[in-house]
Amino acid sequence: MYLTDEEQKMLNGDYGEGTQLAMKILAAIGEAYDAPKMVPVSRTHVALSNQEADLWFAEKLVNGGAKCRVRPTVNPSFNLEQFQQITTIDKEDEETVKRTHAAYNKLGAIMTYNCTPYLEKNIPYFGEVISFSESSATPFVNSVYGARTNRESAQSALCSAITGVTPYYGFLLKENRAGQVLVHVEADMDDDFAYQMLGYFAPQKIGFDIPVFEGIHNPSKEALMNLGAQLNTGGNVALYHILGFTPEALTMEDAFQGKKPTKEVTITNADLKAMREEISDASGKIDFALYGCPHLTIDQISTIADLVNGKKLAVPLFIMTSSLTRSLTKKMGYMDIIRAAGGEIVEDTCMDQPCWKFLYGKKGITDSPKCAYYTKRRDMQFVIAPLKDSVLAALKGEY
Amino acid sequence: MSKEYKCHKISGGKVKGELLFSKDGLCFYLIDPKTGEVIEKEHCLYKQSIANKILVFPYGKGSSVVQADGMYQLKMTSMNPAGMIVINADTTLAASAIILDAPMVNKMDSTFYDDLPNGTMVELDADNGLLTVL
Repeated sequence: MYLTDEEQKMLNGDYGEGTQLAMKILAAIGEAYDAPKMVPVSRTHVALSNQEADLWFAEKLVNGGAKCRVRPTVNPSFNLEQFQQITTIDKEDEETVKRTHAAYNKLGAIMTYNCTPYLEKNIPYFGEVISFSESSATPFVNSVYGARTNRESAQSALCSAITGVTPYYGFLLKENRAGQVLVHVEADMDDDFAYQMLGYFAPQKIGFDIPVFEGIHNPSKEALMNLGAQLNTGGNVALYHILGFTPEALTMEDAFQGKKPTKEVTITNADLKAMREEISDASGKIDFALYGCPHLTIDQISTIADLVNGKKLAVPLFIMTSSLTRSLTKKMGYMDIIRAAGGEIVEDTCMDQPCWKFLYGKKGITDSPKCAYYTKRRDMQFVIAPLKDSVLAALKGEY
Repeated sequence: MSKEYKCHKISGGKVKGELLFSKDGLCFYLIDPKTGEVIEKEHCLYKQSIANKILVFPYGKGSSVVQADGMYQLKMTSMNPAGMIVINADTTLAASAIILDAPMVNKMDSTFYDDLPNGTMVELDADNGLLTVL
């Protein structure tokens, strides 16, 4: 693999052990994919996770003196102050969250603690070469904006943030971005929840190929956020196209770059219904409601506020969002409405964190299959239902 | 002469172990680090341990965080697979293996999949892209 003088210096250790390790890892990834060279990135997002491997790796880089050349935005861990108002946080978990914060701060990361950087704070432009991790972010920036990133891991994106480069392969090349499977969407895509199910189900039909969805009209930003997050959870789809909508697929010719689809599949209401039945827990009594995987937008929070306004929730309801959006909910009165009903809005927090221990062993309701998938490790069960239906269920205590 | 199969290095190392085939993709986060057992109910290896095996699977599943964290936890408890053979290696999976010094290869000779059953003892030399039946 060809390296510039500057890249070779990083690899030789001229900039310290941390930068050297980052370059070593990128070079190994480059070799694994037969990349001819590195290319500069102008934007990065790191899926900080506050988990063991995350902290281990970030501290290893800090101890090696590494500093980010292209400062990344970062994913949520949990907001210690806000959770200390809600529950008791174990000493050990408090230590971890502080250490993770200190490590990333030393590396020079921008401490956004938000998994939807593509809606605020880190928005790429068409064709921009970037390094983004986070499963809802990678498909969004690739597909909706037409920026170019591979399906980075938290650590590979951090290595790119430190070195300012990424190996040149995969989705960075135009020819690897062509659609492969034509997906006829015959299901009624009449709410954002349908996109959750479409995203989670589609990988079963398309495997590793790049899908071109036909039959989707004017999806909301929330629908696109859901679609990408679930495509990349149910499968590994980090790039998709929507015919006549996303920038690389305005025509059939563009979407498939002049080639024929390798296959065509159809997805119906029945497929989405069956998928939901397979992954959702049985209906019945619920103990809590949890939203924000990915972080809710201000529009989604206003929907919840309208539904609970002047009412009392039968079970606790938690909303995870960015600090910017949470601050908006205060200014716009949603925070007061939701709190008066018995709900709470937390910032900088992910569902896959130890701060939710007080919910382990209980059954919740959510609108996100991704939320339900990763919490298998944490002994939380979920009914998965559309946002409005699930809020109504939280008012009643059952679904 | 022992049988040999060519493959392509993703992450280096030379290891021995029994082959364990999975037709389903793997999310390392949904493997119990205490036992090495797969905890995903729908998975073909549900309740089987992947510890010390040469694990053969089609692709990785899961977000940009959970593969590395899952592999890391398995390594800390020594319940990690000895080596990994994949068909489609996405960047998340490949980067996680590289960071954790876990031997991994792809592009295995296609005859490998027809020839060898579960439990075959092999040596995987990822650095040289070679698998040898012992």
